[in-house]
Amino acid sequence: MEQALEYLAFSPPGWGGNLLRGLLSTLQIAFGAYALGLCLGLCGALGKIYGGPVTRWGLEIYTTLIRAVPELVLILLLYYAGTDLLNTALESFGYERVDIDGLWAGIYVIGFVQGAYSTEVFRAAFQAVPTGQIEAARAIGMSPFKSHTRVVIPAMIPFAIPGLANLWLITTKDTALLAVVGFSELLLETKQAAGGTKSYLLFYCAAAVLYLLVTLCSNVIFGQIERHYRRGQPAQT
Amino acid sequence: MEWYWLPEYAPRFVEGVWLTIQLLLLAMFFGMAIAIPVGLVQVTGPRPLAWLAKAFTTLIRGTPLLVQIWLVYYGLGSLFPSIPGIRESFLWPVLRDAFPYAVFALTLSVAGYEGEILRGAFRSVPNGELEAARAMGMSRFTILRRIWLPRALQNVFPTLTGEFILTLKATPLVSTITIYEAFGVGTIVRQETYRIYEPLLLLAAIYAFLTLILVVIFRYFENRIPKRAL
Repeated sequence: MEQALEYLAFSPPGWGGNLLRGLLSTLQIAFGAYALGLCLGLCGALGKIYGGPVTRWGLEIYTTLIRAVPELVLILLLYYAGTDLLNTALESFGYERVDIDGLWAGIYVIGFVQGAYSTEVFRAAFQAVPTGQIEAARAIGMSPFKSHTRVVIPAMIPFAIPGLANLWLITTKDTALLAVVGFSELLLETKQAAGGTKSYLLFYCAAAVLYLLVTLCSNVIFGQIERHYRRGQPAQT
Repeated sequence: MEWYWLPEYAPRFVEGVWLTIQLLLLAMFFGMAIAIPVGLVQVTGPRPLAWLAKAFTTLIRGTPLLVQIWLVYYGLGSLFPSIPGIRESFLWPVLRDAFPYAVFALTLSVAGYEGEILRGAFRSVPNGELEAARAMGMSRFTILRRIWLPRALQNVFPTLTGEFILTLKATPLVSTITIYEAFGVGTIVRQETYRIYEPLLLLAAIYAFLTLILVVIFRYFENRIPKRAL
């Protein structure tokens, strides 16, 4: 027991500081990836609903493929493909090759995967908005853009929140996969700590507790956000 | 794109895919076997068991699967050798192998996620049907076997299909504990041939194909569920 506390201490002989640093970069990657995923998802959903046949087919392939292939395979593929494309582009403009920083690569890779899932969440939410509300916005003379920013998107959010809350939890847990690729986040720090001290059970339990705390805090926050956005909606039984 | 390595490694990929399917089937079977009681006690009680089941599903759903797999394999695995005499016992060959740990971790994960779904499913079966069964004089176990469980499973069948596909897509994680299923074979190819994209694209195709098969099989069973005529 004493030794466990010693191992988890925040200053160097203990590994607690490393775990917390790992947790911080996990959260950074998760926030970034989630934001990127939301942008991609919103654009994807609008494209799927209003786009021409080419846009629609492209997006259909994007969402179907991403959702049918394991995240681990996608993360490796996107990581190599992304760095390759960037370097080819840089070389063709006459710049030096660069190594992408782990943080940004993680954000881009997980965000791109999350985009496919949130496209579907947003599409379902858009389609749940009653047509009458959209027609009403048009009828009082709002332009298509204004009717979206003022009516459709605010009305769509309550339908999207449960799905988006789920996606946030999946994002935080997906960041753990980056440990396999070798990005320094919570799980990789944990692995190093466990390997360094040979007390595997202790450190993996500590990591599990940290991830669990993130999940539980997120649940509370999303519960409040959902209550806030449900104000205008009829009470559900 | 160069595929010269494919004929050489094809038999290993077949073995890997077979191992993936074994993992999936075992995890689905044992996972559902645990998930049914986990879902049921949260609806019927007793209270302490319901809390325990709730804590279990929260724990499983709140932590990444990779952490669970490593916790089971490295964490529990490091405890066993310290038990005196275990190296001589008949259990040692099983405990030394990574496969049982992988099945165990995946089973727990399936049990956690499906348990949560089944909780809602058991609750959603109309009370009248259960009362009718009781009025017919069925015992509590018979009601569960013939009415409650089948009706609950019917209601959430599409959700369960989705969850099993997620489980299939989670199986590559066990390649990190030295199990050479499909993804693990792909990793070997990448290390031995230095080709990056081709093995990964092949894996993507393999998993997309397995997903398709799973969807078709489940669609068949879903269509056999009688639906109310509209």
